[in-house]
Amino acid sequence: MSAPTLTRQVFDIRDLNLWYGDHHALKNINFPINKKEVTAIIGPSGCGKSTFIKTLNLMINMVPSVKMTGEINFNGQNILGEKMDLVELRKHVGMVFQKGNPFPQSIYDNVAYGPRVHGIKKKKHLDELVIKSLMDVALWEEVKDRLTAPALGLSGGQQQRLCIARALATKPDVLLMDEPTSALDPISTLKIEELILELKEKYTIVIVTHNMQQASRVSNKTAFFLMGELIELDSTSTIFSNPNDSRTEGYITGRFG
Amino acid sequence: MQICIYPIMTYFRGVWCIMEKIIPAKERLIKSSKNRMDGELRGKILVILCAVIMISATISITIFLGTKGLQSFIKNGVSLIEFLTSTHWNPTNQANPEYGALPFIFGSFAVTFLAALIAAPLGIGAAIFMTEIAPSWGRKILQPVVELLVGIPSVVYGFIGLTVLVPFVRAHVGGLGFSLLSGMIVLSVMILPTITSIATDAMGSLPKYLREGSYALGATRWQTIRKVLIPAALPGLLTAVVLGMARAFGEALAVQMVIGNVRNLPSSILDASATLTTIITLNMGHTTYGSVENNTLWSMGLILLVMSFAFILLIRYLSSRRKL
Repeated sequence: MSAPTLTRQVFDIRDLNLWYGDHHALKNINFPINKKEVTAIIGPSGCGKSTFIKTLNLMINMVPSVKMTGEINFNGQNILGEKMDLVELRKHVGMVFQKGNPFPQSIYDNVAYGPRVHGIKKKKHLDELVIKSLMDVALWEEVKDRLTAPALGLSGGQQQRLCIARALATKPDVLLMDEPTSALDPISTLKIEELILELKEKYTIVIVTHNMQQASRVSNKTAFFLMGELIELDSTSTIFSNPNDSRTEGYITGRFG
Repeated sequence: MQICIYPIMTYFRGVWCIMEKIIPAKERLIKSSKNRMDGELRGKILVILCAVIMISATISITIFLGTKGLQSFIKNGVSLIEFLTSTHWNPTNQANPEYGALPFIFGSFAVTFLAALIAAPLGIGAAIFMTEIAPSWGRKILQPVVELLVGIPSVVYGFIGLTVLVPFVRAHVGGLGFSLLSGMIVLSVMILPTITSIATDAMGSLPKYLREGSYALGATRWQTIRKVLIPAALPGLLTAVVLGMARAFGEALAVQMVIGNVRNLPSSILDASATLTTIITLNMGHTTYGSVENNTLWSMGLILLVMSFAFILLIRYLSSRRKL
């Protein structure tokens, strides 16, 4: 592999296999993820796409009886190798979940949580980070007068944007999004999608989605997973117009899944 | 039988024209409700009866305790101020009886708060251990331990306190051994299971996504527990502590066996003392029904009842603040 391509890659996953007990959930995944691109992962339920995205920040380790082989290279460092510093990894690889999951605290404290656990104490520094993160997710105008109000009082879409802001506050390189709009109404979904398009200027984004239109709207690359296998990974336009594999075509044209 | 066949018959009316006898919807509805009436009514009466018995028991105890407890002030002319603020308890003095219950009120509160001070951190710590640190084996071991602690009768706690704790305190800490300290230690062990089990429920009912959200931001386990989980479970944890305190406040037997039962206001934690409950159990037997002393005991009972209402209100308030 030549040097230029290496620098473009944030993640380089090689021969990744994952088992839940006896269940072989991911099979020989080889998956490069490029810098400042949006990579969408599509596939039917249970195909392993959520499992895959959770391996990238090792959230998968929270599941008991998970076994993995292969390599997940993050900036050249194999995170499956020797004891990985999870704190440092997750600081650089943020995650947004299916349902907005703000802590039952104030809006400010939610966003400041990440920086605080990473040791930032200065009020001024925290203020800057909070304001910047909230601006990045276009939530600042809506909440600037009630930063001390409980985050659970926000609407579903606002909560999800708050969670994105919370993830951005630790200044990650990569943002993982696990079906971030599946619990939202169409308008909130649209806002999140616009946000993703803006965020990709600064961040590498990996998004799992059930919604194929969403994948085609926001992503540069699309990967199709089926039964724990990576069937196809290509530019989004290729996947949706001229897929290589008949199974990909079958899925995106709605013949199954 | 008829009832359930009718709808099916109506349904198949279009298919099989043989089933001709069709009862109009209006009649059918009336009929079926009539048929079910008896069983429904019987069940309803039964459960209402249970509720009424329970409510009337509570109300009649309250009224009884209220009238009995107030008699010493109304009929016997004991000053309420004296009762609540004086430290002199001398009801048997014929010439100049004194009815100051402050030492006992103070004793009750003192052992309750001190016991909670020990048991709350222990119980909450054990709860966190069970839910966060070792959910599988930790729970397997601690759960039966907690249940066993609940099952031990209070007289056994008192007996152990009397034979082990009191001599230990006398030999290694000081004083007589019969003391606030002994009372608080015995009580703290007794309320530990209450606090632990309710705190475990409070921690365990926290949604999984709180943990995930925190871990995904790079927080360590301890940071997650301290900054997200404990604040989120706080109303539940406080409820656990208050319930434990309510139990401590009302406990009589075990405390009585180790606290020393003296009439004076304790000046240190090593002094012997008495609580409302211990004074009631000690004196109930040998005072005559209707005497002033007996009535003042009822007044103490009333204080206990008022306090348990206060604890319940506090718990209600705390659980109404629980948001998740």
